[in-house]
Amino acid sequence: MVSSVANARARLVAGSRGRLLNGTLFALIAIALVILATKVATNGPAYFIQIVVYGLANGSIFALIALGYTMVYGIVELINFAHGDVFTLGGFISLWLLPIFGVTEGGTVTGAGLILPLLAILVISMILCAVVNVTIERVAYRPLRHAPRLTPLITAVGMSFVLEGIMFLWRGPFNLHYPNVLPATSIELGGANGPAIGFKDVAVIVIAVVLMVALTLFVERTKLGKAMRATAQDRDAAELMGIDINRTIAATFFIGALLAGAGGMIFGLYYNTITFDQGFTAGLVAFTAAVFGGIGNIQGAALGGLVIGMIQSLSDGYFDTAWTQVLIFAILVLVLVFRPTGILGMRVPEK
Amino acid sequence: MNILRSVRKIWETDPRVDPNPLVYAILGVAAILYPVWAQASTGGQGDFLISVVADAGVYILLAIGLNVVVGFAGLLDLGYAAFFAIGAYTYAFLASDHLVVTPLQQAIHLPFWIVLFVGLFVAAAFGLILGAPTLRLRGDYLAIVTLGFGEIVPRVFKNLSVWTSGVNGISALDKPVLPVWLNGPWSGDPLEVVQNFKIVSPMAFYVVMVLLLAVCVVLVNNLRRSRVGRAWMAVREDEVAAAAMGVNTVRIKLMAFAIGAAFSGFAGSFYGAKLSLVSPENFGFTVSITILVMIVLGGMGNIPGVIIGSLLVYWVTFLFLPALPPLAEEWATNIGLGALVPTNGDWPGIGQEMQRLKFLIFGAILVFTMLLRPQGLIPSRVRQQELRKGVQEDMTIEDVNAETTA
Amino acid sequence: MTVATAAPAPAPTAHDFILRIEHVTKRFGGLVAVDDVSFDVKRGEVFALIGPNGAGKTTLFNSITGIFPPTEGRVVFEGRDIAGAKPHQAAALGIARTFQNIRLFEYMSALDNVRVGQHCRTNSKLWDSLFKTPHERKEEVAITERAMALLEFVGIEKHAENYARNLAYGQQRRLEIARALATRPHLLLLDEPAAGFTPQEKVELMRLVDKILAEGITVFLIEHDMKVVMGISRNIAVLDHGELIALGPPEVIRKDQRVIEAYLGKGA
Repeated sequence: MVSSVANARARLVAGSRGRLLNGTLFALIAIALVILATKVATNGPAYFIQIVVYGLANGSIFALIALGYTMVYGIVELINFAHGDVFTLGGFISLWLLPIFGVTEGGTVTGAGLILPLLAILVISMILCAVVNVTIERVAYRPLRHAPRLTPLITAVGMSFVLEGIMFLWRGPFNLHYPNVLPATSIELGGANGPAIGFKDVAVIVIAVVLMVALTLFVERTKLGKAMRATAQDRDAAELMGIDINRTIAATFFIGALLAGAGGMIFGLYYNTITFDQGFTAGLVAFTAAVFGGIGNIQGAALGGLVIGMIQSLSDGYFDTAWTQVLIFAILVLVLVFRPTGILGMRVPEK
Repeated sequence: MNILRSVRKIWETDPRVDPNPLVYAILGVAAILYPVWAQASTGGQGDFLISVVADAGVYILLAIGLNVVVGFAGLLDLGYAAFFAIGAYTYAFLASDHLVVTPLQQAIHLPFWIVLFVGLFVAAAFGLILGAPTLRLRGDYLAIVTLGFGEIVPRVFKNLSVWTSGVNGISALDKPVLPVWLNGPWSGDPLEVVQNFKIVSPMAFYVVMVLLLAVCVVLVNNLRRSRVGRAWMAVREDEVAAAAMGVNTVRIKLMAFAIGAAFSGFAGSFYGAKLSLVSPENFGFTVSITILVMIVLGGMGNIPGVIIGSLLVYWVTFLFLPALPPLAEEWATNIGLGALVPTNGDWPGIGQEMQRLKFLIFGAILVFTMLLRPQGLIPSRVRQQELRKGVQEDMTIEDVNAETTA
Repeated sequence: MTVATAAPAPAPTAHDFILRIEHVTKRFGGLVAVDDVSFDVKRGEVFALIGPNGAGKTTLFNSITGIFPPTEGRVVFEGRDIAGAKPHQAAALGIARTFQNIRLFEYMSALDNVRVGQHCRTNSKLWDSLFKTPHERKEEVAITERAMALLEFVGIEKHAENYARNLAYGQQRRLEIARALATRPHLLLLDEPAAGFTPQEKVELMRLVDKILAEGITVFLIEHDMKVVMGISRNIAVLDHGELIALGPPEVIRKDQRVIEAYLGKGA
């Protein structure tokens, strides 16, 4: 088998360019870690643990949103711009339901009396968000499934604005206070000056993990989950095997929104403030996480969420919140340009 | 009825029949008559009306530029306002006293019309920098990247407060001055050439804007009907085939992207000069989306459509919606829903509520246009055919041949 | 109509073969689509590539025209190794092609389609286009004239102003050829040009290929119709499951046992 000089040279060049890129990347990460290490040392380990805990909680929420993006993109190759707003909707709906279920700030109910209503609100919010997302898919995206690429993209942007517009009309432009109803207990490590891990932090992380595990089990064990994976891989083949494509796609939108809606309520419970357009930024950051982990890859989205959440937390804590967003969006641009398949993504050849 | 139907069919299937010259003629006449009408219908107090359209002109300029990127080359740019910001801040740096308070400690005052072009080239340069690595990405990823860029740029301007005064922005920018100008009956002066003409009066802005737009329309039309324009259309239609026919697809996309950025930068510099102030709050995602809504509604790829769409959306956003609250209150009272007028707990009163409609209206325009009439109000010949899905006229090939063979 | 050669002149080391496929292999992951294929295409001849469906013929075309590079092997065009060249570079070098499933610019007129084909042979810059300089204007006139001439060459000049998607099937195939010829190729790759043709259209196609040859252009085609293949080709390569199983003039191929088996009796 004769390999031409040209082929060999081409491979060598590609290889060396790839190595140069990887090298630069490692160098940058190394420098960042060194700077980080010095900052950590200066500010003390207690602060660091606080940041890490916060990063995990933050990241869990991003992961929940990112999963919806990645699943939808994997199956219909569409970035559902409205997904971030579905997340916001979860917060808005749960906020509305809280007084209806008698959950108020400063209330004295604890234990099961608190958990049961909250759980009910969570489930209802998740389902309502899911219904909204499925409706959006049915009404705005499905008719355009075979239109030129630009069209559904613009529609998705429009849908995002519609959702934001509805929430804007509903509750106005201001930050809304979300009742602080979770117990304020926290575990103090290392004495009074040490870091504290709050009930809130644990709750957020636990709920997110539970949902993600449920999702993984669903996708891998159930028939519908398998159908979703098959349709994402090869739609025509899936159809030939008798899978109802429309139903499968609708299910994907449904499940993605369940998670996003849950994320919205958890966000409210954790930060105690929500606003109608938080979905724009949160959505972009979550999408960064999804791409980071490899679009279409569920584990990747979860991991990406945690990593991005951690990066955001570290940047907020040790550098400057003003630059955090710039950093995150810069990561988005860089990942898409240099490694669009993501860190965990498969190396798929260009079309 | 039959005549109408066959006329319509010819219009929609024969590339030679082009309604655009007619629309241009109408726009041109309207542009000339408008100030006359404005002054006449308000008894000489028409300055505000004229100024409003002059302001709209900046948006029309932006829309024409974005149309090159989205409508001609088919690239979705969701961060167009970034280049707008770059142009505006370029003017702020180069035509004001601002640099005195920066580490440079030395003000620069370049002439207005020179800075316009500097802004154009600086923005185009950034367009090339952003586009070079990203234009080979598929459409949705490109959209997100431009969105990211659109978020990064204003934030950078806000954060680098040592150089940009951060949130406060840069003010007291030099007023626009043209080296020569022709005064005449349109400004109520005798016909004469004037030196160092300060563009201050609304009428002067209006005239400058109309001339600028006319020049831009001519240039963009030249592009559309040229080798470059055809290459853009080919790439938008079928990138693989275009490449096989010798079109360097990356380079041609880059050209569209840079030209779009140039327009945006140019408009930004003009905007900065007119407003005499730049601030990072004016260049957010809302601006990018407003421009997109303008070209989508008006007719992507078709310049007269884009112009009309811009005027329409500008009117809705800056004139109709702000004026809506009192109208809504009046209307509500008149039909017996007066209870809706005052605030009531969470309800802000129907007046305020109407002011909140902007997001919903934008979203609705985008969604409904894409679903019902994706070719826009005044479609480009090509786009109309392109986006019609499965709705076939019952005309046979022979009919088309027979009718169009001269 | 003469083809004024605007493609680069062949390298000094060129022989009388215009295209040399040297041990070309193309793998997609685990699938071997083209397996160690070698043959030469002589300048000025009609060369046919045949084989059952899925034999790797279009994949080979795609490797030649730069849609993806071969995994192994060399593609030498006019003395130059072009493996890894991008599609627009292949076109500039003098290789043009049509597509199996017709890839016209549907919502552009027939004339515009052919105009686009001249993109790599014209050089109006951005400045020229923007300001309609005399250079641009002159070039546009020349482009339009040449485009009309090419439409006449393939016989569809009457439909110059129609949208490509409104043309009849046969007219669309001919338009694709005209568009490819607009790039002033030295080598024209036709991917199943006779697919779906009536016998009459097939005869016309063969006449068109003769006209193309008379212009000095080498024709390399993939085709299933044996009448057409045997009728016009000087040399034939037969692929089956990615392997070259026969190579030679029509009389030899017609009688080749392996070829007959591969087709299981299919043929003219």
